[in-house]
Amino acid sequence: MRATWRPYIAGALAGVLAVLSVVLSTRMLGKPKYLGASTTFVRAAGIAERSVAPAHVEGNDYYQSKKVKVDWQMMLVVGILLGAFAASRIDGSFKAESVPPIWSDRFGTKIGVRAVGAFLGGIVAMFGARLAGGCPSGHGMSGLMQLSVSGYIAMAGFFGAGVLVAHLIYKKGGNQ
Amino acid sequence: MSELILGLITGLLFGALLQQGRVLRFEKQVGAMLLQDMTILKFMLSAIIVGMIGINLFVDLGVISLKVKSTVIGANLIGGILFGSGWAVMGYCPGTSVGAIGEGRWHAVWAVLGMLVGAAVYAELYPAMKASVLTWGALGAITLPDVLRVSPWILIPLLTAAFVALFWMFEKKKL
Repeated sequence: MRATWRPYIAGALAGVLAVLSVVLSTRMLGKPKYLGASTTFVRAAGIAERSVAPAHVEGNDYYQSKKVKVDWQMMLVVGILLGAFAASRIDGSFKAESVPPIWSDRFGTKIGVRAVGAFLGGIVAMFGARLAGGCPSGHGMSGLMQLSVSGYIAMAGFFGAGVLVAHLIYKKGGNQ
Repeated sequence: MSELILGLITGLLFGALLQQGRVLRFEKQVGAMLLQDMTILKFMLSAIIVGMIGINLFVDLGVISLKVKSTVIGANLIGGILFGSGWAVMGYCPGTSVGAIGEGRWHAVWAVLGMLVGAAVYAELYPAMKASVLTWGALGAITLPDVLRVSPWILIPLLTAAFVALFWMFEKKKL
């Protein structure tokens, strides 16, 4: 695949997959399944918490509303990991990486610094995704495909804040 | 059981496409936020063009139904801003974080762990959110055609043209 066309072709095929997924899930399961990922983190957190404090999870409104169980979307997320692994092994682009570029230019190559940054960023991001009602897959791709108003508002927030914060933290120093 | 198998197969294909589109990488995600590399937008908007045509076509044929997320302006916007801020730091969104691990970028594990904690924190604070932010500007499950009182088939060509114009600009500026 030529580099220029790569994201367009892969993206268009992901669009075909998104449509097929809704059609097939409606036919086979009787309910439409739109691509998404962030609710899986709620269910996975609930499953982990349930193993130590089952009564607490039972009594939590949010966990109860999302149903703490392995479902279609959790398998989708597992599939993303396996599919990315297989595709990257097949074309030789798999690469073990402990600290990503751009980050290492700005903050160095210490694994601990990256771990703390990514962990804290992850907490804020997932809290935000759950408050917004979805992530770039659910709100972004699936929402915009359906011309949903919430998808456009959330995407404006995602990218607006993302652009601002990325400029604030990565533009200083480094080789940008 | 077929629900889980269907999810897994869909995920395998989605993961392979995300990987082949090269959108699973920190430098592509942050590169877009730094307005230096628009790979992830090319991928997303291409998917959205194909998806909005396909979804609306099958809805019109009566084959499928929409599942629109509720618009709550306060929650969508404040949550969106929080997400965007955290996204810039961790460099992944929920779906791409697990894909990145599959591609060998094992540092995405820290992001996944953080997101699990973030989900648990949200579950604890949900009652407070439900009484406040989640009521600010609650308009229900609305779409642009509902609000603008036009057919989706007026908006789809316009949005497609706008997205293609963006692609043209990205390529011209070599982003």
